Amino acid sequence: MADIEAPGNRTRAGVRRWIGWLLAVPIIVPLVTPLFNVSTPRLWGFPAFYWLQIAFIVVGSAVTIVVYRTAVVREGE
Amino acid sequence: MWRDHVTEIVVFLVLFAVVSVAGFASSRWRSRGRMADLDEWGLGGRRFGSWVTWFLIGGDLYTAYTFVAIPALLYGAGAAGFFAIPYSVITYPIVFFVLARFWDVSRRNGFVTPADLARARFGSPTLALLVALTGIVATMPYIALQLVGLEATLRTMGLTGQSGWAKNLPIIIAFAILAAYTYKAGLRASALTAFVKDGLIYVVIIAAVVYLPGKLGGWSGIFDAAQTKFAATPSPSDGITLPSHGQLQYITLALGSALALFLYPHSATGVLAARSKRVVMRNMAALPAYSVLLGFVALLGYMAIAAGVKPLPGSSPGTVDGNTVVPQLFDHQFPAWLAGLAFAAIGIGALIPAGIMSIAAANLFTRNIYREFFDRDAGPAREASVAKLASLVVKVGALLCIVLINPQFSVDLQLIGGVIILQTLPAVALGLYVRWLHRGALIAGWAAGMVTGMWMLYRIPNPATHHHHFGGSAFPLSDLGFHTTNTIYVGIVAVLVNLVVSVAGSLLLNASKVSSGVSGEAVAELLSGTPATASPAEPAPAR
Repeated sequence: MADIEAPGNRTRAGVRRWIGWLLAVPIIVPLVTPLFNVSTPRLWGFPAFYWLQIAFIVVGSAVTIVVYRTAVVREGE
Repeated sequence: MWRDHVTEIVVFLVLFAVVSVAGFASSRWRSRGRMADLDEWGLGGRRFGSWVTWFLIGGDLYTAYTFVAIPALLYGAGAAGFFAIPYSVITYPIVFFVLARFWDVSRRNGFVTPADLARARFGSPTLALLVALTGIVATMPYIALQLVGLEATLRTMGLTGQSGWAKNLPIIIAFAILAAYTYKAGLRASALTAFVKDGLIYVVIIAAVVYLPGKLGGWSGIFDAAQTKFAATPSPSDGITLPSHGQLQYITLALGSALALFLYPHSATGVLAARSKRVVMRNMAALPAYSVLLGFVALLGYMAIAAGVKPLPGSSPGTVDGNTVVPQLFDHQFPAWLAGLAFAAIGIGALIPAGIMSIAAANLFTRNIYREFFDRDAGPAREASVAKLASLVVKVGALLCIVLINPQFSVDLQLIGGVIILQTLPAVALGLYVRWLHRGALIAGWAAGMVTGMWMLYRIPNPATHHHHFGGSAFPLSDLGFHTTNTIYVGIVAVLVNLVVSVAGSLLLNASKVSSGVSGEAVAELLSGTPATASPAEPAPAR
């Protein structure tokens, strides 16, 4: 927390503050069914409805890791 | 008959024995040598690191029932059953910061249950009692459902008799063993046995995903078989994508379930057992690995269609037991030893969440009912012994649910459970952030949400079982006078009503200067940890 006051760290502190909003992406996208309620294109035989939603799991985890590393670890609390 | 399943039964029994031994031995695992207080018995000493927490919460949330019921949903209805995937995607980002805060506040103030938080945050034993009772009532049928998952595998192996005691004896034995080691070792037993269970689940599902598509005409063939089946049914609601009138239900069910997930007492127990806030946050990024698994588990329903699996007959004539679809698929398509492994995974996967749930319910009873209303001076040792006994009572209750009531009924209770646990959202989750919420308004909001939810559930018939009421959680909007065939998840509507009453009521009560029970300073100190005075937070039931 202490380094927030140091000069030059202000932008990074700003990033930390808004980066949490990235979590809104994996919350909202999986709820917009028109985006993925289609059977084509198929991937390895999976209709789009299925492979897209399984892909969302990976996106959600990746975003969470980014937020954790930026907002939590750097904060050093 | 069981004679056809000897290999499966042997593998099942060996693994079951391994888990039982691990369960009893776990009382010494990383223990301070005593199980004589609730932090040790009910929260495993609050010292679990990232890995143990991952297995514990994973083993807790992704239950045998999930692994049996979700594919059964896809088998029967298609795409609508896949709601479990968006549900498990959105839940972690939603709770990422909330759980960290919940952990923080709970650790600082010594809270063991979500109701402890409500008690201290709003200075209201009544509100805490409502939160505790809601948690216990929502948990009981959930435990019972784990037994439904276990029963489905036992039936497939031919281990259940025809009637009465013979039908339920294997489950009673399995449950008695679980009850004994949970009594002895508490949450440690759940954590250690979760390693075995999750290891088995991963092996079985990876085997299924690699091995079965080759036998069933590849993934294309599997999805084509499902499409052909749904095209042939007269129902407009099934299919491998959602019908346009099924989307609102899909969205609201995923969202409502995601909001409800971490309100369940057993989720809170897993979170509070973590060593640090960072362990909790790291797990929000790591737990989705289980969701990927769940995605493939769900598709076992389509594999069952492609393999021509037929579920076993249900408990009443003319019905089928959809929960036997996955065990039947394993039984027919796997070599016997692998099927045995799979059944053990489901069976053990039923017991671990059941154990954690009974611990969570026992913690609630002890902290927010027994200690609050019957024995205010109960020390740590007394709390631990009351909780141990309560965990036994909870398990017997769940067992009675299965033995005495038609399992179909406990499925209905589980639907109700999801709707009612959502009603603790304002008191537990919002209370962590919003400082002007008023206890009176929260109690009114809870009541309004409950009444709304129950009324809506009552109005929903189940055409398959010819029940007129409590037939599901999809409420037809036409029932409210809208000209549409859309349905909506009851829980979402009920919690919205709850929120409106809670917010409006708080504004009203604060404006008319009705005492909120706690001072602004006390709330600030409780939430942020900056002490206004040197004394420990009061009126928290901290020890």
